[in-house]
Amino acid sequence: MEFETVIGLEVHAQLRTATKIFCGCATTFGAPPNTNTCPVCLGLPGSLPVLNKMAVEYGIKVALAANATVNPLSQFARKNYFYPDLPKGYQTSQYDRPLVEHGRIDITVDNEVKTIGITRMHLEEDAGKLIHDEREPRSFVDLNRAGTPLLEIVSEPDLRSPAEAVDYLRKLHTMLRYLDVCDGNMQEGSFRCDANISLRPFGAAEFGVRTELKNMNSFRHVQAALEYEQRRQRDILLEGGTVIQQTMLWNPDKGITEPMRGKEDAHDYRYFPCPDLLEVQVDDSWVNTVRHTLPELPEARRNRFVDSYGLPPYDAALLTEARELADYFEQATATGAPAKKVANWVMTELLREVTAPALIADGAVSPEHLGTLVLLIEDGTISGKIGKSVFTEMISSGKDPRTIITEKGFSQISDEDELLKLVREIITASPDQVAQFKAGKSKVMGYFIGRLMQKTKGSANPKLANQLFTRELSAR
Amino acid sequence: MARGQLSAVELTRSCLDRIDTFDSRLHSFITVDEEGAMAAAAAADTKRDLGDEGKLLGIPLSIKDLICTEAMATTCGSKMLANFIAPYDAAVVENIRAAGGIMVGKTTMDEFAMGSSSETCCFGAPANPYNTDFVPGGSSGGSAVSVAAAEALGSLGSDTGGSIRQPAALCGVVGMKPTYGRVSRYGLVAFGSSLDQIGPITRDVTDCALMLAVVAGYDRRDSTSVNRPVEDYPAALRKGMDTLRIGVPREFFQEGIDLEVEGVVRGGIDMLSDAGATVVEVTLPHIKYGVAAYYLIASAEASSNLARYDGVAYGFRAPADELLAMYKDTRTQGFGEEVKRRILIGTYALSSGYYDAYYKKASQIRTLIIEDFKAAFCDCDVLVSPVSPTPAWRIGAKTDDPLAMYLSDIFTLSTNLAGLPGISVPGGFSGDGLPIGIQLQAPHFHESVLLRAAYNLELQTELANHLPSL
Repeated sequence: MEFETVIGLEVHAQLRTATKIFCGCATTFGAPPNTNTCPVCLGLPGSLPVLNKMAVEYGIKVALAANATVNPLSQFARKNYFYPDLPKGYQTSQYDRPLVEHGRIDITVDNEVKTIGITRMHLEEDAGKLIHDEREPRSFVDLNRAGTPLLEIVSEPDLRSPAEAVDYLRKLHTMLRYLDVCDGNMQEGSFRCDANISLRPFGAAEFGVRTELKNMNSFRHVQAALEYEQRRQRDILLEGGTVIQQTMLWNPDKGITEPMRGKEDAHDYRYFPCPDLLEVQVDDSWVNTVRHTLPELPEARRNRFVDSYGLPPYDAALLTEARELADYFEQATATGAPAKKVANWVMTELLREVTAPALIADGAVSPEHLGTLVLLIEDGTISGKIGKSVFTEMISSGKDPRTIITEKGFSQISDEDELLKLVREIITASPDQVAQFKAGKSKVMGYFIGRLMQKTKGSANPKLANQLFTRELSAR
Repeated sequence: MARGQLSAVELTRSCLDRIDTFDSRLHSFITVDEEGAMAAAAAADTKRDLGDEGKLLGIPLSIKDLICTEAMATTCGSKMLANFIAPYDAAVVENIRAAGGIMVGKTTMDEFAMGSSSETCCFGAPANPYNTDFVPGGSSGGSAVSVAAAEALGSLGSDTGGSIRQPAALCGVVGMKPTYGRVSRYGLVAFGSSLDQIGPITRDVTDCALMLAVVAGYDRRDSTSVNRPVEDYPAALRKGMDTLRIGVPREFFQEGIDLEVEGVVRGGIDMLSDAGATVVEVTLPHIKYGVAAYYLIASAEASSNLARYDGVAYGFRAPADELLAMYKDTRTQGFGEEVKRRILIGTYALSSGYYDAYYKKASQIRTLIIEDFKAAFCDCDVLVSPVSPTPAWRIGAKTDDPLAMYLSDIFTLSTNLAGLPGISVPGGFSGDGLPIGIQLQAPHFHESVLLRAAYNLELQTELANHLPSL
């Protein structure tokens, strides 16, 4: 029997607001334990939450980018459960009245566009972290992260393969980073993904029993975990068994999924409206104000790269994948360097050196320098080959290409191929002098060098010229 | 004091002396800060010499022990927080300090404000100053006792279902629950967040107006506080009753009400009428569901609000080998019976499969009760009713009968469900010499009208500043 895979994703994106969602504490990562805290995020008796307007605004941004509806009235609710990293014994979240509903994100499957629905997005507070001392039975609680704003983004079960799921995830990731609302760091947990996956016979109307996958800290892990779970469920179904609805943890070391907790332990979260917070009101004028602050989004930028820069769709897609990369490309092009040439340099040379696009802005080679380099090659100041040497030097020193060319004498024609062409022309055009040289009159070399310098307006590398003439003349 | 005939030091000393003399019998305080109070009194005298005219300058006050104070422990009457010292002052404590008030101590209360007699306090229950074999009411029992016995000249209590008004009535003092949102809850340890409100307990209506003026106002740290100007409450008292319409809710004078209580309240209505008010009968048809709705909503919120007492970061922790045992033992040992009962009721009301039948239904009833009051206030400006169906009862009489205890809040808790302001004013005494109060209620933010009616009633009863013989 053939099965169809059905996947839905739940993404928790930490919002990059300066302060926490319900208090004024900083959200910075890496501070000493329990220092970014106050009575509110510590959940001390008598403290009360005050909603951070920026968190709502970031939610509106994402809603607009995903063509979703921002509900004019939404409500915070308490999700009650006990855990030591949850100081109040409940998480302030949203339940039946989320901030955002009915969105969509387009992905590309086999060169065809497929629309993935977004059920809802809601705001909530993050929990703290437990640090376990493995040597003794003791755990520590760090509440620095408690109260960091999260946007939970829930997709419809529209994804039909692990590859589709990862493509959707990448699109969402790119979008959040374009909007500058989430730093997208999956290792540090600022962009977390849980997946629901089930299988059903092709053509069946009903969904199969699903499992929920957790603990996937990279796109690669998401793909691998979904593929594994897809195989596991298919094997069960083919043997006539039934899939148990449960939460599975991805074990990246073993490359398998393992059950976390069974349904019998399912929590009753006892959601109810949070009495300490008012309904969240978002009127049209607020939405419109936010709309005007939206940056150009990946899809629009990709199209513009094709239309205005004349880039091939492949180049445009690659360059717009990360906002920093696209920004870099545009800044380099602003020097007047030809777009396609800049694109080639960015995609081949630059990305070979800087693997994470997010780090491009911090790299040694500024976009202006790269643009200048391309221009210098274009106007013949240096050859493309020399250009690569200059680029290597730019990476290590961070210097302007012009400075490097002067210092290293690269502005002289040191390009062997180019000089060789001229050397051969001169030799062919000077049979008498060749004969003299062959007869042992080595002083005639001066004649050849003179001709070459004349042709290259004095820019040939003399040492290289000498070598080339000696070699070519000897070969005659 | 303004005339220089009495110093803050003398006044505070006299309150502390009364505490020394009477509190072993009355037990109105969990913590007394003699040193801090005397230092603050000396500072207040210096300030007055320098021309400071703070509204409460040099006035000794007591604070219910679930309002956070940096200087003293905030126990909430519970073993769970026996040693808890808040790292911050509640908004109202800041207000009191800024107005020059002196905090002599923190008062006895039902554990986490859950009770109507103050007997669930785990540090010993307070006694009624008019007869120490009787309860003072609750949950702000210690606050009411401290004021009735002049151990403090005023107190801040909290009222979730009658916890200011009922003990004030049972102890013969004035107690007011302001409109929900009028006073910041920041620093008030939460019981039922949508119902809780801090308010004054005082020896007369004028003091009540004065204290309310100090603690009322918008606070951005409490999202449910309302940004609305604070009226000049003391000035509002002096207006007469000529234009006021007094509503008498039919449902509040039916069976179950003690005849002495009914007599006192009816007498109060006559007094207001004599003072010039028009009296009309009104109806609150859904009020009979109030007790059920209240105990579901308050307990549901409490079950969540009290989840933070888990032994992890602060408060009591029972030693245990693993996490679940620590939670269970901490909460089993740290909370008293009544608190556990309400957590269970609330947890049940919010549980999957029961939410619609209990919490949601209760919320719907709440809306109907709000509508009832709105309709009633079309015909009148102030409602008059009993505070408690009976005068104070003997200590221990209802401790084994939670339902009887819950019913003692029948006339007060709908005020909280509707978020209205309400006040209890001394109305008279029972044949046993126990105080009986009269409750007045008004529309949202009509505290001025409420205080004006209360003041006029007080002029008639002549029970302001009555002192029990101890």
